[in-house]
Amino acid sequence: MFQWVSRGVRTGIKTTAYPAKPETAAGVSPGLPIGETYKEDESESLIARCPTQALSQGDGQTAVDYRRCVHCYRCERQVARPIDWSNGYEWASANGNHVLGKPFTRSIHVLVVDAGDCGACLHEVKQLNNPYYNMHRLGFFVTPTPRHADILLVVGPVTDHLRIALEKTYQAMPKPKRVIAVGACALSGGVFGPSFVSEGGVAKVIPVDVEIPGQPPPPLAILHGLLVAAGRRAAASLVSPASITPSPVAPLPEGGAP
Amino acid sequence: MNVAELPHEISRRWPSQTRCQIDAKKSVLEVHSSPAVLAELCARLFLEWGFSFAGLIVEENETEWQLRYCFYGDHSAGQVHVLLSKPLGERTIPSIVKFVHAADWHEREAEDMFGLGFEGHPFLGDFILHDDAWQEGVEPMRRKFSAQTPVADRRPHPDWRPRRIVQEEGAFIMPIGPVFSGVAESVHFQLETVGEDVISCAPRLFYKYRGVEKIAENRSAEDVLLLAERFSATTAFAHGLAFCAAVESIVPAEIPDRAQWLRIFIAELERFRHHVGAIEGICESTALVVAANQTGMLEEELLRVSGALTGHRYLFGMLIPGGLAKDLNESACISALQECQDVLQRLNKLERMLRFSSSFLDRLEEVGFIPERNATAYGLVGPIARASGVSRDLRKAQPYLGYEKLKFDVPIEHEGDGYARLRILFEEARQSVTLMEQALVASRPGPVRTAVPLAAGAALGWVEAPRGATFHWVRLDETGTVNRYRIAPPSFFNWHGFHLSVENFAFQDFPIILATLDLSVAENDR
Repeated sequence: MFQWVSRGVRTGIKTTAYPAKPETAAGVSPGLPIGETYKEDESESLIARCPTQALSQGDGQTAVDYRRCVHCYRCERQVARPIDWSNGYEWASANGNHVLGKPFTRSIHVLVVDAGDCGACLHEVKQLNNPYYNMHRLGFFVTPTPRHADILLVVGPVTDHLRIALEKTYQAMPKPKRVIAVGACALSGGVFGPSFVSEGGVAKVIPVDVEIPGQPPPPLAILHGLLVAAGRRAAASLVSPASITPSPVAPLPEGGAP
Repeated sequence: MNVAELPHEISRRWPSQTRCQIDAKKSVLEVHSSPAVLAELCARLFLEWGFSFAGLIVEENETEWQLRYCFYGDHSAGQVHVLLSKPLGERTIPSIVKFVHAADWHEREAEDMFGLGFEGHPFLGDFILHDDAWQEGVEPMRRKFSAQTPVADRRPHPDWRPRRIVQEEGAFIMPIGPVFSGVAESVHFQLETVGEDVISCAPRLFYKYRGVEKIAENRSAEDVLLLAERFSATTAFAHGLAFCAAVESIVPAEIPDRAQWLRIFIAELERFRHHVGAIEGICESTALVVAANQTGMLEEELLRVSGALTGHRYLFGMLIPGGLAKDLNESACISALQECQDVLQRLNKLERMLRFSSSFLDRLEEVGFIPERNATAYGLVGPIARASGVSRDLRKAQPYLGYEKLKFDVPIEHEGDGYARLRILFEEARQSVTLMEQALVASRPGPVRTAVPLAAGAALGWVEAPRGATFHWVRLDETGTVNRYRIAPPSFFNWHGFHLSVENFAFQDFPIILATLDLSVAENDR
């Protein structure tokens, strides 16, 4: 046993300095496209390439709806003028009434529910326990039961078979409670829905307070979402450029891209 | 028995009931069979001639059902596809499960999705669409069923009750899931236990059924690739690769050399990262915290390597039919490889420490035992099968991309317990890094993609994904639209044999066995 203790001590501290300082290591985030002003024909070809209609044209600007972006990189690769790309990770947005309140700023218990995700978002949530991120140092704990949970963290587009399980879990939580939807699938259905077995987002089933875009959002983005719910970090916008107000997620037309 | 000898043997045994057609270039033998001899023919292939079962593909066209039973052997043996046609009005197909047990779940799925009846199958119904939520006769994979419209009329089966599996006096059922106490995928287990020992186990899957095969229909191949990558994102590249392989073999397209080698490089990076993650899961399940943290750090480092190299931590968006979406910088590849070698060195050190941690080994040795006989009968694939003495690896057995030009070993163990599976993971991780080195040395500057012309047709693509063999069947029409997409993922084969490993073991071994098997629910449910 001693060898393990000594091994652990010798490794030293690997944990990120975030949120005190930004994390700058390579590969911690896939980034997101940034909306900006394009020439008419350039923006048209970009919008046509987007498989989930995350890009749109309005007020002379090309806007990106992060709820729909699935990181296919089609607007960035093999185009004459690639879209600008940001490498940040503070992406979580909030509905205004998202902060749990004073007693909950330093100790929050989180219940994680998989509502049909592909494994990536859940895997990134798992990474929060990794020494590199270590969410315990910030006062976030995964709890085994909804009775002790303050925050419900939901991943996945909510499949038909999991809708009831999700509703029951939400109802079993004491008040005050908040819901964080993680990933493009949980926000808009992503490539999966809505369809005959997918609801197309958590908000269709239970009220959502904090939304974290990305497919999957990197661990730092999920950490940012938790800090937003704790009222310790400012929320970001779901749309780029941020001056545009997001429109509600409309279902994709039949026969459109997945 | 290989593909060249088989036609003679088959026409000698069943002269009037079969018709053989050989595609020498792909070394695929198609055998059109009559219903009367189907089961016997499949039985010979599976039990006597050493072929493995790769999946049942059901297709519905205007006038008839087409069933395709795919089998694969070792390199010289090639593939055998047994074909059966039936008019649309007839829905009864002879079951092959009596002889080919590996086809069990494939037939259950076809019954649930298409409404086909398999005569002689011991247990059909309540599989993908749960009977407590859906009525019989929905049949979502039929052509007339719309993928976008929710089923308005929902009448769950009135007689549906939770399955009663308690057999022993004094035993009770421990239900676990679908909502778990930690960070885990949604699945439901019913463990029958007498307090300590698990007597039987019935996993209830498909909570995460997203209908990927259905919503893929009528979309362009490029858009279906997004689904192929995203239905099981922890092994995204492997599944995307299998889909691309199918599309490219329909056309057929010659992939540039550089793209081939870089595909191998990225695929092995994914396997390495996956195996390190699986090892982390095993350490965590045994509550060896330092080891779990150490391997967890290695996994995160490999995720960062993937992110820095390709832009995405799970390697999304790199593949397109015809090659790669972007070229990789030579120096970026070299530094990625160096980091992988560094991670491997530390992983090797951890392995040496784990091998001498008796409390850790006590939890793994002789736990979750799957004998070779069962592994073969249930058609298990991947590291699980290789830990039970079944050595078939598609990179050797049915080489693709250029794996036949590379030197690597397929590790094999015979114990079939949790520790054997752990050793396989360590050894395969080492092999992956040597493959990355070789692929990088072999790659030369050049184009990374070629235009793929549109063509109608259908083909099978296969890849040895990190969890085992995966088969993707794609049918395209003239406009490049996908008409039928069928995925046979490794977890679908392996969940089928899951109960074997947990029955007759102690209750507290359950999470450890689950971790050593490293099954993915998302990959299985699709």
